[in-house]
Amino acid sequence: MTTHGLATTAPLSGDNSTLAFDVARVRRDFPILNQHVHGKPLVYLDSGASAQKPTAVLEAMDDVYRTGYANVHRGAYYFSQHLTDRYEGVRTKVARFLNAGSDQEIVFTRNVTEAINLVAQSFGERLRQGDEVIISEMEHHANIVPWQLLRDRRGITLKVVPIAEDGSFRLDAYESMLSPRTKLVALTHVSNVLGTVTPMKEIIRLAHKAGVPVLVDGAQAVVHGKVDVRDLDADFYAFTGHKLYGPTAIGVLYGKAELLKDMPPFMGGGDMIRSVSFAKTTYADPPHRFEAGTPPIVEAIGLGAAIDYVNAIGMDAIAAHEAGLLAYATERLRQVEGLTIVGTAKEKASIVSFVLDGIHPHDIGTIVDREGVAIRVGHHCAQPLMERFGLPATARASLGLYNTPQEIDVLAQALEKVKDIFG
Amino acid sequence: MEDVLRDLYQEVILDHGKHPRNHRHPAAANHEARGYNPLCGDQVTVYLQTDDAGRIADCAFEGRGCAISIASASLMTELLTGKTEAEAGRLFEDFHRLCTEADFTLAQAAAEDRDALERLQVLSGVRAFPARVKCATLAWHAMTAALKGGGETTTE
Repeated sequence: MTTHGLATTAPLSGDNSTLAFDVARVRRDFPILNQHVHGKPLVYLDSGASAQKPTAVLEAMDDVYRTGYANVHRGAYYFSQHLTDRYEGVRTKVARFLNAGSDQEIVFTRNVTEAINLVAQSFGERLRQGDEVIISEMEHHANIVPWQLLRDRRGITLKVVPIAEDGSFRLDAYESMLSPRTKLVALTHVSNVLGTVTPMKEIIRLAHKAGVPVLVDGAQAVVHGKVDVRDLDADFYAFTGHKLYGPTAIGVLYGKAELLKDMPPFMGGGDMIRSVSFAKTTYADPPHRFEAGTPPIVEAIGLGAAIDYVNAIGMDAIAAHEAGLLAYATERLRQVEGLTIVGTAKEKASIVSFVLDGIHPHDIGTIVDREGVAIRVGHHCAQPLMERFGLPATARASLGLYNTPQEIDVLAQALEKVKDIFG
Repeated sequence: MEDVLRDLYQEVILDHGKHPRNHRHPAAANHEARGYNPLCGDQVTVYLQTDDAGRIADCAFEGRGCAISIASASLMTELLTGKTEAEAGRLFEDFHRLCTEADFTLAQAAAEDRDALERLQVLSGVRAFPARVKCATLAWHAMTAALKGGGETTTE
């Protein structure tokens, strides 16, 4: 485990296929990768936006609907009890995946956005005028806007940690911002635009020294390497299923039990109560206190299947494969004349943002799409970061466990076509 | 190169995209509005100067964006001079049809718009790229908003 709290392995070469990790075999698990776009084989380089799903996930979800569906936490009958056990079993699986202390520390949400809003509303309730929350310049809008809403409600102050020119986190600037007024630090573990891995273990150590809890946006982190919330000593850690090769609409908020127990409900409704009367309603203990209404049951089962899937391959093997891909992509794209990579921090996950001289990313996206290549272009829901680099937008290739060096070559060739068109 | 891409990125588009005409902020402008495409972050500000008779005497823009949105803004500034608000609005309607309707021909347009539409026809390649129609119409939305009183408009 590094000071970054994300176990990535040193790159070996472009093709990192080993007995432990056979990318050709992995690709067979993802039926969508056989699709063609505009007559060309799909080259999917947008897993950072949302990853594709293996057959194991699709079948697990389909199977529930076909053979064992009912609502959870309600019925006295077999199907409901059985599915409740499976649903709660996923909580156990997630707890193990993050190495949480107990299942009770795992709250199911819709996505990371909802997880952060939950903390901003519920934990945020105790914040007062003049209290400070620290975020950074490289946050996704999901870790900016909830705190701005809290600022408008409670009069708190938002402090923004600047980042260095290469996209790395400025630990010195961060440390100087921690003060007795700081009530929460909310930072990303991996930048969705730059790929920067933030020194999260050190960030948390410094915050705790000042008595401040830390919320980690792990949306881009859990997919690229092993995350251990207890080793990090994170107070809150959020991630989402659909970037981890699972379905949409299922996210996770890990929260330390001692923090969750004192937090008021986030939403009111069924499932989150102990007893309801018109005079007084009492609330369930965490995590159910934060899960009002019928949850995303089948999506949770899908998330469980996704976790089983990546665990079977091994997060370390995935990290090694992706480290190789990142090294290859960085080298290969640098050979494209006029291309500049945005985000060159030493510690990076397999996300490569870039710009081409004189050519807008939107035009790049349209042209490479005709070659079958799916990349994200735009501001990546991180407009303040774009502003920081003076860019309206970037193009971004985000690499997942099923990507290959050959696909990077297809992207590089497609970029040459872009340049041909623009002369 | 594929035909659809050649149609989209015609020489005229690339030229106007790289060397936009009327890319300036006229001091005498009496209408302005910002057009913003939240999808890609592109933004243009359109400036208009209308005379006492309500006719557009000068049209210019500033902003940054893709080749399609900048070329369209550039071409637009060259075509609006002398038009009233109603005439500019009608040209936008015809232009919008040109960008979205596969079987739209100049014969279907208002007679007064045909010359302008002939020049705008270079942008009709966006028909094959529905996601790019918003790029082609960004400056036009801003122009409409500017004449109606300014402020900001988005393509959402």
